[in-house]
Amino acid sequence: MAEAVFLTLKLAGVTTLILLVVATPLAWWLARSKAKWKEFVGAVVTLPLVLPPTVLGFYLLLALSPDGPIGAPVQRLFGTTLPFTFTGLVIGSVIYSLPFMVQPVRNAFEALGERPLEVAATLRASPWDTFVSVALPLARPGFLSGTVLTFAHTVGEFGVILMLGGNIPGETKVLSVAIYDHVESLEYAEAHILSGGMVVGAFALIWLMTVSQKRWEARIR
Amino acid sequence: MSPPKPNPPESPPARKAPIGLDAFFEGPIGDFQLAANFHVPASGVTALFGPSGCGKTTVLRCLAGLERVAGGSLRFDRQVWQYGPHFVPPHKRPIGYVFQEASLFPHLSVRENLLFGAKRAAKATKKADQNGTNAVAFDELVDLLGIAAMLGRPPDKLSGGERQRVAIGRALLSQPELLLMDEPLSALDRFNKDEILPYLERLHARLSIPVVYVSHDLAEVERLADHMILMEQGRVRAAGPVATLLSDLSLPFAATRDAATVLDARILGFDAVYGLTELEVPGGVLSVPGNLGGVGQVRRVQIGASDVSLTRTREPASTITNILPVSIADMRAVDFGQLNVVLELAGGAQRVLARVTRKSWDRLNFQPGEQVYAQIKSLAMVGGVYEAADVSPEASTA
Repeated sequence: MAEAVFLTLKLAGVTTLILLVVATPLAWWLARSKAKWKEFVGAVVTLPLVLPPTVLGFYLLLALSPDGPIGAPVQRLFGTTLPFTFTGLVIGSVIYSLPFMVQPVRNAFEALGERPLEVAATLRASPWDTFVSVALPLARPGFLSGTVLTFAHTVGEFGVILMLGGNIPGETKVLSVAIYDHVESLEYAEAHILSGGMVVGAFALIWLMTVSQKRWEARIR
Repeated sequence: MSPPKPNPPESPPARKAPIGLDAFFEGPIGDFQLAANFHVPASGVTALFGPSGCGKTTVLRCLAGLERVAGGSLRFDRQVWQYGPHFVPPHKRPIGYVFQEASLFPHLSVRENLLFGAKRAAKATKKADQNGTNAVAFDELVDLLGIAAMLGRPPDKLSGGERQRVAIGRALLSQPELLLMDEPLSALDRFNKDEILPYLERLHARLSIPVVYVSHDLAEVERLADHMILMEQGRVRAAGPVATLLSDLSLPFAATRDAATVLDARILGFDAVYGLTELEVPGGVLSVPGNLGGVGQVRRVQIGASDVSLTRTREPASTITNILPVSIADMRAVDFGQLNVVLELAGGAQRVLARVTRKSWDRLNFQPGEQVYAQIKSLAMVGGVYEAADVSPEASTA
């Protein structure tokens, strides 16, 4: 049981870290670019939000399989297969949770407006300097909700994992899958412990996020 | 063996005199058509003046590099900022920019806001002793702007006027060679405006760098500016010293109901018995109620056109004591009953306007070129008093 908890937290943590790195430039581009086709990219990024996880998982399984467009080059370069591995789950979770990081961060960047960036430019800050010392700190609430939502969403992931990872203890058997197994085998006590724990954990996370966001807003208003 | 290199000269070459700024902005920006070519002198405050929507803020943003007119060109002193495909981005231009709203960074304290540009400017110039010299400038500026007490506070705990003073300080601490101000007072209420104007006047007296000041408020321009660029629908209608433009009968200023001109005058002394300050102007002395400052300082006085009347003889028996010999330079009708008369003070460099009725003009039969006397009600000169740019720092603290 502890194994599943640890694996879930590890998956959610790694996914969140990767998304912080991947989603930030993407969100910045979506917020600032004047390109006409950026909303096309925006729609693609939002897709995992509305697709049934099984659909997403199905296509991911095909793409990651040893003769799929992602799986084949990976196997040639690293000699590993991706489905039914932790790495495969991370790739799936990153795509599945992408909109949960990109949307709030993009909204925060858009809410900045031009002014603070222009002010920084007239104060000798280069575009990169402006991004680091003005845009990132001012977009903090967006990063906070993006982080919390991504983490929580990955913890609660089920369909994609079932399609992509199966049920290998210590490798792909995360909390949601473990709960499903317990219920299938009528082990309601174990299912209660895990499910109740997730309810409490999720509530604590959302509550913490809201409180710290309010405090930040009070500070910068 | 190469011959020994000659020693570099001991003293650095003499600094070349600054030459100001030249801008040629012709072309579309969005759906706005700009055709503004102008020169900004190397010192003093130049007002970009015009009605809202005339493009003055756009021009200022082009000077900063925040907007770009394709095909425009811009030179500041000996640096080319824009020419053809060459375009220096805003963060590489040595400018300070004060926006209409203070726009302080909400996540930084007042002190951190003030130092934001200062740190980066120091890094850019890589001066070894920058810390020492900056410290002096910082303390001095904080004193001058009256913001010493609020350094540790977050910006949202400041009043509108305080915030704008911090924004001005922040721009100045980035060690600019050109200060651009976009209606820094327009977002403030009357009370905050009155609070901040004295600070701007003090800055005006101290700053050695040129300032471009966007405004649609003529009173502000008369009070602060030395030069004026009058804009209309994206074009420059007229440019020159403020006093010259104000008394130019072909421009709209002279025709307004409260038309006025400004004179820069030197303080001769204070008459303690009657409480009057005596100011020297070409051709005579004006006395103004109140003690306006130390001997030798320069004050700007504003003279409303309708407060000036004309006589052929000096009338000793009158309550009007400010009488100057002038010559009539020009005349033009304002409406059917009233005329504007341009009067040249002795020496010909300074001018005042007089608003007279056509009836008196005809009755007294004045002619252009004639030597007459201008009678000025002394009370008209209390407003618009300021410390002019050539006051030394010692004198201005008196």
